[in-house]
Amino acid sequence: MNKLNFLKPDKNNLNIYLYTGSILIIISILDVFLSSFFKINATNFLPETLSLFLPLLFGLIGLHLVRIEFSGIKYLDLLNKNINTNNFNGLLTLLIIFMIILAAPPALSWFIFDANISGDTKDACTGTGACWTYIKVWFRRFMYGMYPNELQWRINVSFIILVALAFVGYFAGEKLKKFLTLYYVIIYPIIAYILIYYLISGGAFGLEWVETGAWGGLSLTFIVSFFCLIFCFPIGMLLALGRRSSLPTIKYFSVGFIEFWRGVPLITVLFMSSVMFPMFLPEDFFMDKLVRVIIAISLFEAAYVAEVIRGGLQALPRGQYDAAKSLGMGYWKMHIFVILPQALKLVIPGIANTFLALVKDTPLIFVVGLMEIAGMLGLAKTNPKWLGFAMEGYVFAAIIFWIICYAMSKYSYNLEIKYKTER
Amino acid sequence: MSDPIIKIENMNKWFGDFQVLKDINLSVEKNKKIVVCGPSGSGKSTLIRCVNRLEEHQKGSIIVDGTELNENTKNIEQVRAEVGMVFQQFNLFPHLSILDNCTLAPIWVKKMPKKEAEDLAMKQLEQVQISDQAQKFPGQLSGGQQQRCAIARALCMQPKIMLFDEPTSALDPEMIKEVLDAMVNLAKQGMTMIVVTHEMGFAKEVADEVIFMDEGMIIEKANTKDFFANPKSERTKLFLSQIL
Repeated sequence: MNKLNFLKPDKNNLNIYLYTGSILIIISILDVFLSSFFKINATNFLPETLSLFLPLLFGLIGLHLVRIEFSGIKYLDLLNKNINTNNFNGLLTLLIIFMIILAAPPALSWFIFDANISGDTKDACTGTGACWTYIKVWFRRFMYGMYPNELQWRINVSFIILVALAFVGYFAGEKLKKFLTLYYVIIYPIIAYILIYYLISGGAFGLEWVETGAWGGLSLTFIVSFFCLIFCFPIGMLLALGRRSSLPTIKYFSVGFIEFWRGVPLITVLFMSSVMFPMFLPEDFFMDKLVRVIIAISLFEAAYVAEVIRGGLQALPRGQYDAAKSLGMGYWKMHIFVILPQALKLVIPGIANTFLALVKDTPLIFVVGLMEIAGMLGLAKTNPKWLGFAMEGYVFAAIIFWIICYAMSKYSYNLEIKYKTER
Repeated sequence: MSDPIIKIENMNKWFGDFQVLKDINLSVEKNKKIVVCGPSGSGKSTLIRCVNRLEEHQKGSIIVDGTELNENTKNIEQVRAEVGMVFQQFNLFPHLSILDNCTLAPIWVKKMPKKEAEDLAMKQLEQVQISDQAQKFPGQLSGGQQQRCAIARALCMQPKIMLFDEPTSALDPEMIKEVLDAMVNLAKQGMTMIVVTHEMGFAKEVADEVIFMDEGMIIEKANTKDFFANPKSERTKLFLSQIL
């Protein structure tokens, strides 16, 4: 048997170090676990201040002992290479594990064990945890706003149709592939507009008319985000090209436009669109509030998109322009086939950033009286019958926004991988 | 003597205050091969970039195949479609396959049917011996292969004139030969060529005339034999003694 040196664990006595180390780590984690979940303090014979540091100390020594280079055990090597490279990293790892263990019981009890979901009134919420009854009762409002309950199938149907139509691209045959861009850029938005105009808004084909002021909740978030995304992208692209144009009129118009919209806060833009804008219009001219808001947000975000795309255009080497020109391509052919496909690919992360910001900016439309999900939340929390449940509402909205945004960010990441090319 | 296909008269060009080209007079007849050499910064690249107006000249005139190069963008696009160009950095389109690189301009500029363009492209790729790489992307090819693809891409427009802007300067010595071979092959087929290069071996083999430039001026213009055997100006002698 080789001599043991606990300060410098080595491969010769691998098993001894491994077992001692593992036992120490398990003891330390178990101790925290027991005290957090079952309120059992195994070290209560020691002073209280020590009892917190003891598991940390045990864990650290344990991690030190298992830190054996090239042990030949795959998982141990992975552990040592990634999270246990030195004492400091080991300490951080332990602290994070402890924090998760300590935070789990209160979080779980608030979310699940002490929460209530039964009943239809505030009185049903007797536990100390969350009152999910509140979300349950208000669920339709959070999803559809003030849209009449018996007509909500219209929103569902049109959203289902739109989602189904969005997946057309996956099933299109070789022959139809080249029309896909046309479909997504022009035909799809038109279909979406028609659906929303006739089915959700109604007023024709025997469908009852529902004014846009009654729309709201998550469905309104989707409608506003969808149209703003669709409009702001092409406008932004044209502005980016315009800003790089050699024609002074176009160039300075683009610069002025971009700098104006980037210089004002969205909330004032929305306010102006709803309060000031109608003052400049003739009396009998009517433009729906929702349309005005969508135009305002689209123009606002287009300025940001323009600058992101311009970054991509500037990143392309001049040789690409030279090559395209030398083949006889004019301005538009060069940009459509050579420059933009490369530039847009480069700026996918930036575009995704802007789009995520856009989706999360939609709650601001409350300033003009449109209540999407966060707006409905504000309404619900001031309802006298349901005072005091703001927390549940915000947690609910946060989860929904997180799911939407995470899906978008995941999608943009997939696009990045799909269009990756080597230079 | 036939009419020159490129006629440059008293052409001057400035970059800001700096005059890059001074009173350039040059005429190139059909099927002639011209090699332009000279030290770096002498304006030789700028000269051939002026021929398809990637650079604008400020004074004098350039007439390519009967069309004067001026502000008229229609004319310029037409000239560019007739003049092929190969760059030092290849400048292939990295997001398109080799085949698509070659068919893009014929399809969209010359309005050639897709099938026909692809056949033509495969023929040109075969000429430069990379038809087996047609489905790959530029990033997957070696420098020499990329440059040969760039030659094929330019040829797919069926140009009357080919311009080469230091086509071998960014290549490993081993790959220079394969590109030069492709160019020699092209020269033998009777293409009108203007080549900016430091490869004097290539100049001796294919050039009809050699032009030596320095400080934005054409110092010497002579047929290949005379140029190398008895250069007239001192500057040319010095340059040749250093490069050969």
